[in-house]
Amino acid sequence: MLPTLAGRVQTRVALFAVIGGLVTLLIAPVLPIAAPVADKYRDAFLVLATVTVLGIGWECLYHLLMQWRWEKDWPTLFGLVTLVPEGLLVWLLLEAKAVPGIVGTVTAPAFCIQFLAVWLPVWLVANGPMRVPFIRWRFRGERLM
Amino acid sequence: MTKDEPGARAPEAAPAAKPVTVQMRSPAAVGGGDLTEELLNSDWWTDAMVQAAGIPIVDVPFVSVGGGIGSFVTVDYLRIASVPPDRMRVLSNIEFPWKTYEYLTRVSQIPRGERIRSDSASRPDNIWGFPSYALAEAVRDKSLKPLWQVLVEPIWADYYTPKAGQVFAGLEREAKRIGFREMLVTGQVRMVRRRQSGGYFTILTPPPGTEPTRRVAYRSQFVHVAVGYPGLRFLPELQAFRTQHQDFHHVVSAYEDHEHVYALARTKHLVVMLRGGGIVASRVLQRLMDDRERFGLSTEIVHLFRTYVSGSHGPNAWNRRKGGNGFAYQGFNYPKSVWGGQLKSRMRKLEGDDRATEYKLMGGTSTPYRRRWQAQMREGRTGGWYRAIAGTVEEMRLENGMIASRVMISGGPVEVAADFVIDCTGLEADIAEHRLLADLLEHSGAGRNPLGRLNVERDFELRGAASGPGVIYASGATTLGGYFPGVDTFLGLQIAAQEITDDLARRGFCRHIGPVRSTSQWLRWVFSRQP
Ligand SMILES: Cc1cc2nc3c(=O)[nH]c(=O)nc-3n(C[C@H](O)[C@H](O)[C@H](O)COP(=O)(O)OP(=O)(O)OC[C@H]3O[C@@H](n4cnc5c(N)ncnc54)[C@H](O)[C@@H]3O)c2cc1C
Repeated sequence: MLPTLAGRVQTRVALFAVIGGLVTLLIAPVLPIAAPVADKYRDAFLVLATVTVLGIGWECLYHLLMQWRWEKDWPTLFGLVTLVPEGLLVWLLLEAKAVPGIVGTVTAPAFCIQFLAVWLPVWLVANGPMRVPFIRWRFRGERLM
Repeated sequence: MTKDEPGARAPEAAPAAKPVTVQMRSPAAVGGGDLTEELLNSDWWTDAMVQAAGIPIVDVPFVSVGGGIGSFVTVDYLRIASVPPDRMRVLSNIEFPWKTYEYLTRVSQIPRGERIRSDSASRPDNIWGFPSYALAEAVRDKSLKPLWQVLVEPIWADYYTPKAGQVFAGLEREAKRIGFREMLVTGQVRMVRRRQSGGYFTILTPPPGTEPTRRVAYRSQFVHVAVGYPGLRFLPELQAFRTQHQDFHHVVSAYEDHEHVYALARTKHLVVMLRGGGIVASRVLQRLMDDRERFGLSTEIVHLFRTYVSGSHGPNAWNRRKGGNGFAYQGFNYPKSVWGGQLKSRMRKLEGDDRATEYKLMGGTSTPYRRRWQAQMREGRTGGWYRAIAGTVEEMRLENGMIASRVMISGGPVEVAADFVIDCTGLEADIAEHRLLADLLEHSGAGRNPLGRLNVERDFELRGAASGPGVIYASGATTLGGYFPGVDTFLGLQIAAQEITDDLARRGFCRHIGPVRSTSQWLRWVFSRQP
């Protein structure tokens, strides 16, 4: 990937909102959490929002790290393995009850399922299909606007 | 090389099989159908001047000159942006767009089965770069290997690059899909001149005997110039040696056919001297080393670098390129982000000297770090049959059938004797050595950029060459030095094509490619349906 900082942030927000939103809409009711469906939805969307908002911060860090790369690129694998620290941070915040608005208890399996079900499609789409509707995206530092 | 056959040492072009369909052709008038003094000397032409010369006029709104990869990707974009084939003509001296590219890659040791330099998503036959070459290869070969390589490149594997044959097969399919042959007219383009009432005349010299007149004029509102390399040059001392001794056998360019070197190496012990530290030098090295291993040869290689790179280099930790054993290592000919990321957006804002300085910082000769090449060179160094030296050649003589070079190295002069010298530097000639480009500079208002090539805008419009509502666009190697450095690559040519298409959409020549059109056109691509 060849992002600029603005492109990183825009793509992150757009893909998590659209793909993350769709995935969450579909899977929230079946997540292994003992709570009414409305609460499941509420918590799952709060988790998604947390991942997205924190993601903006992470993107700034990645942008900084990228400056040490001569090519100023972000290899495909980096875009995948960053799910580990990002997922861990959100999980720790959930454990510490530091995510505002959560009503139920987000279990570890529920969190893992939702996190991966969102992250993997977002990563896959960013690495190819995204270029189909947006032909200028890859040449403009992944900016959408 | 004659001025009319720049760069491309491709075999003579044959006439297109299909007759040209034109929108309107005015009858040839009084003159003999050739250029007149009046035409040659006038910067602005009128229809009457051309008619008086007896040159038939063909009307078509868009003309692309060159017919190589640059023309191909541009008309491909425009076809996808709704332009029908009868509104465009490609004027070219080759019969299929990858002919020059295939010739140059083949002689410089990339036959169809070898992998080229550009990456998985640089697909000149697919404007979306999706599915990428790696994905297509994975599906075709039912193998996960290409995808794995793309996943872990460039750190745990070399960059994935497609095989030349896969690129050509894709181009052939896309050429068919967009009706490329319908748009192609073969011949040599002599000049593009501005027309007083707007637009341009592009003068084509058709192959002898195919047209009643010596010249045909294409009258169009838009012209696109993508003529590839203005010409390739030898290193000055090698050129002098060739001319002085009339010896075109022992001193050869990697960009011309030099199979005789490899053939002779199979029959006797040879010492080969290589010049240059770019990818072509790496290719030639690989061929010599592969042959050595395969046929049990004893070929010795002396590799002369003018600039010897001994390690990582660059002004600071944020701008450091890897290097070693003479080479600067880089996947592609510029840092990757010039094709889309940070460097692309930075360069777009730089002017004049600032731009030239930036070009210097990230440019220069480089070659990819490939594990196989590294292993071969290591073996050669240990075995004492591959030697790299850094220096400049002071004198070359012919002695006992060998070329003796006096090389100035840091410790003083040394003598190196070799059976053959292969020039892999690929120096490019000045744009004015190309007749058409010289004419543009002299008569059509075109100027030079900070690197001395054609000065184009961010949307690849040739600065100073506008003619009423008419525009000349240029892309490829002749425009290096502009706001976008990656011009001379597949992806760079596609980026230029996209800018040109967007500009032409603003001017009402084609439709804007928005998300809906892009997606529906992609589906047509997938199912091999016409745009
Ligand atoms: C050895 C080599 C390997 C390369 N490998 C890669 C790679 O792996 N990946 C990558 O992205 N890029 C690569 N490139 C760079 C570049 O993408 C190719 O050179 C590409 O072919 C450039 O396209 P073009 O249209 O500018 O020029 P060309 O493909 O050369 O086409 C220009 C055509 O215009 C014709 N022409 C010129 N003057 C006239 C005239 N007056 N009238 C009519 N026709 C004319 C020429 O004969 C030529 O056929 C490579 C270049 C070389 C030399």
